[in-house]
Amino acid sequence: MRISWLTIVLMIFTQTAWSAATIEHWQSPQGSRVYYVQTEGLPMVDIRVTFDAGSARDGYQHGLAAITSAMLDAGAGEWDADQIAERFESVGAQFSTGVSRDMAWLSLRTLTEKPLFDQSIATLRAILADPNFDEADFQRKKTRTLAALKHREESPGALASIAFYQALYHDHPYAHPRAGVIETVAGFGVDDLRQFYRRYYVAANAMVVIVGDLSKKQAEQTAESLLAGLEVGERPQPIPEITMPDKGSTKHIEFPSTQTHVLSGLPGVRRQDEDYFPLYVGNHILGGSGLVSKLFEEVREKRGLAYSAYSYFSPMYRRGPFTMGLQTRNDQTGKAVRIMKKTLADFVANGPTEAELVAAKKNITGGFVLRFDTNRELAEYANMIGFYRLPLNYLEVFPQKVEAVTVEQIKDALQRRVKPELLQTVTVGGK
Amino acid sequence: MRFRSIVITLLCLPLLAQAGDPKVQEKVLTNGLKVLVKEDHRSPVVVSQVWYKVGSSYEPGGITGISHMLEHMMFKGTDRHPAGEFSRIIAANGGNENAFTGRDYTAYFQTLEKSRLEVSFELEADRMRNLNLLADELKKELQVVTEERRMRVDDKPRAKTQEHFMAMAFSNSPYKNPIIGWPADIAHYRIEDLQAWYQRWYAPNNATLVVAGDVRPEEVFKLAEKYFAGLKPSDIEPLKPQTEVEQLGVRKMTIKLPAKLPYLVMGYRVPVLATAQPEWEAYALEVLAGILDGGSSARLSSRLVRGKQIAVSAGASYGLISRLPDLFMLDATPAKGKTVHDLEYALKEEIFELKNELVSDEELQRVKAQVLANDVYERDSNFYQAMQLGMLETVGIGWEKADEYVDKVNQVTAEQVRAVARKYLLEDRLSIAYLDPQPIKEQAQSGSKTGGRNAD
Repeated sequence: MRISWLTIVLMIFTQTAWSAATIEHWQSPQGSRVYYVQTEGLPMVDIRVTFDAGSARDGYQHGLAAITSAMLDAGAGEWDADQIAERFESVGAQFSTGVSRDMAWLSLRTLTEKPLFDQSIATLRAILADPNFDEADFQRKKTRTLAALKHREESPGALASIAFYQALYHDHPYAHPRAGVIETVAGFGVDDLRQFYRRYYVAANAMVVIVGDLSKKQAEQTAESLLAGLEVGERPQPIPEITMPDKGSTKHIEFPSTQTHVLSGLPGVRRQDEDYFPLYVGNHILGGSGLVSKLFEEVREKRGLAYSAYSYFSPMYRRGPFTMGLQTRNDQTGKAVRIMKKTLADFVANGPTEAELVAAKKNITGGFVLRFDTNRELAEYANMIGFYRLPLNYLEVFPQKVEAVTVEQIKDALQRRVKPELLQTVTVGGK
Repeated sequence: MRFRSIVITLLCLPLLAQAGDPKVQEKVLTNGLKVLVKEDHRSPVVVSQVWYKVGSSYEPGGITGISHMLEHMMFKGTDRHPAGEFSRIIAANGGNENAFTGRDYTAYFQTLEKSRLEVSFELEADRMRNLNLLADELKKELQVVTEERRMRVDDKPRAKTQEHFMAMAFSNSPYKNPIIGWPADIAHYRIEDLQAWYQRWYAPNNATLVVAGDVRPEEVFKLAEKYFAGLKPSDIEPLKPQTEVEQLGVRKMTIKLPAKLPYLVMGYRVPVLATAQPEWEAYALEVLAGILDGGSSARLSSRLVRGKQIAVSAGASYGLISRLPDLFMLDATPAKGKTVHDLEYALKEEIFELKNELVSDEELQRVKAQVLANDVYERDSNFYQAMQLGMLETVGIGWEKADEYVDKVNQVTAEQVRAVARKYLLEDRLSIAYLDPQPIKEQAQSGSKTGGRNAD
């Protein structure tokens, strides 16, 4: 009886345990969306400023979003890279930037003690509104990026991932690796970054997440002061729809490793997909529940073919990938791939048993509180809910949505959305 | 000085934060099992960890990696809960679970909604003494561990370089062996080896149970009594010392592997908290690591990566929590047009400066500010807090040291940082490995197939 359990939680726990699911939302005066969760007990706060400026916005300049994001703290306002690092770290703040295919984010974790907090926020504000994009700093960053791209070629797993996205998305903005490729990055000039920044790092395209020990008033002031220096600008057009593959494919890349890395899948779900819950619960049974999933059981427990065997949906703005993966000794590849595909095909054809579904629901709902029991996890959730415009009570209703899923719904959704004959399979390894 | 006032504010912070921070409670059961409880009522969750005093540094030659192998076998069932049931029960209770093996410990953990703690205790108590070790299960799991080794080490040029480096840097200390074991040893485990290893080390008087989260200590102790008190203790035979022989000069090696970038690893032999005489030396080395690599403002980033642009990445690391003396490590990747030898020279220049000049007040304060702030941030995670306690207890330092850490780091002076640099960062205590990348031969073959279900 979940509902009554929740009421008990409300009565017994401190406000903080419950505020985990209370996300507040408002528009800043600059027109950016703000998402706020108050947590108490520790004098700290996690702040994210997120833009629709991930690698899907690269156009033909693959890697531009990533290098623009990485350059933000290499000098801003009156401070150079050393001074910026100094300003954060001397007050114990942790700052980082990153991009996914959909988003670019700046992330700050800081103490809330006023002088420390003020210094962190002032630094972040300069980075947001006034990055320098200095030529010498850019050349250094470019050299480092090119080295990282080269280093990627040592890794059969990384090569498999690149080939997998290519196989799923062809010429769609999701197809290329987030960090770009040597050929494109080598050609960037610092003006390319400036243009990218001016177009995408604008208030109309921004959202702010604040999770921690700040009052609502403090959160409002913080969001406003962070965004104050940004141009208003406008939101970019949505990225194009995905074209689903009309046939399956297999690609092998020869590599001198002792193991072959296997990835197999197809474009899966959007964040706001109506099929999301049946597919999520279905995949949990298939390959998403770690040590007890079907793939783990068939590939590892029964046959010892791999250390890890898994599957997952990565929901994105458009259909993110459904991925199955494993890595196995080169000469066992054929066998492992057959078992993986057969496990999927059987599951799609028959769906889960009632008992499997009950077990999966117990696992998901019984452990749901574990998913946001830290500030950092809560900030991640609030960021996702905000960026993809999911309902504010998403966390609250998630267990109910899971409970409502039936065997039939899972089977139906899988048969429509995960057709085994359309799998794109990539293998990287030796003979 | 703007900076000073900030640091003073910061120094008061832990006191503020700790005011409402419940102390760790300890109870030792009559069979020797030590139970530690750290309350944190911010979320209705609990983490439960069982730490055994055994890891790769306990292993004699010929069976390296057996602690890790046993960790895998611990999921293979007892009479009461056959193979696979452990994980199914935890899953049905909404839990996350796993295990990890280190040089000095093997730990098993579950994270659960707080009312399910009992489930974890029942299962962990059962497998502490009643594991069924079967030859057939070992055969399958051996393959899994072999695949794990390929994934973690064999196909990763840098991981392989580090493995060979450790084997060179130590002559007879068990830290020379990889945690996962050498391939020939993994290939030849017998079920008798595992049975003997399990019998020898898996007992309540060789374990620590750590619980952190939304719980009351007295209730946890009561539950622990209920499930663990009936387990028989063992006679734990003390380990032979295997004290590392003296190093008589620098050690260098070249590793040739198919790779794309050169890479450099350096390590100086240093004491750890358990062995440092006096104790402050360990904290001074910790601060020294922060001076070099405590974030983007530290010396390696600001001078080698940004300033001289001689490295695309450079790091320093030191872990003060281990059973035996360890290494102060540096590793780096040269920038384009620079060699590993340029990089080695630049890193040694940094070491030279640490021996000859006192670090600035600003740098010292920055490192301490980070330590203080991290102490607050780490409390965001029950798991991390439990891990700190378990690790300190298991390597023999005692969990109480967790409370001293921030203060002791705070007391470190610039003179002490210089003193440990002078005493330990010496050429004769140094080992170096150079990764010399060989060409990778690769070619893509692709074929598209269409048609029926699962053509393959």
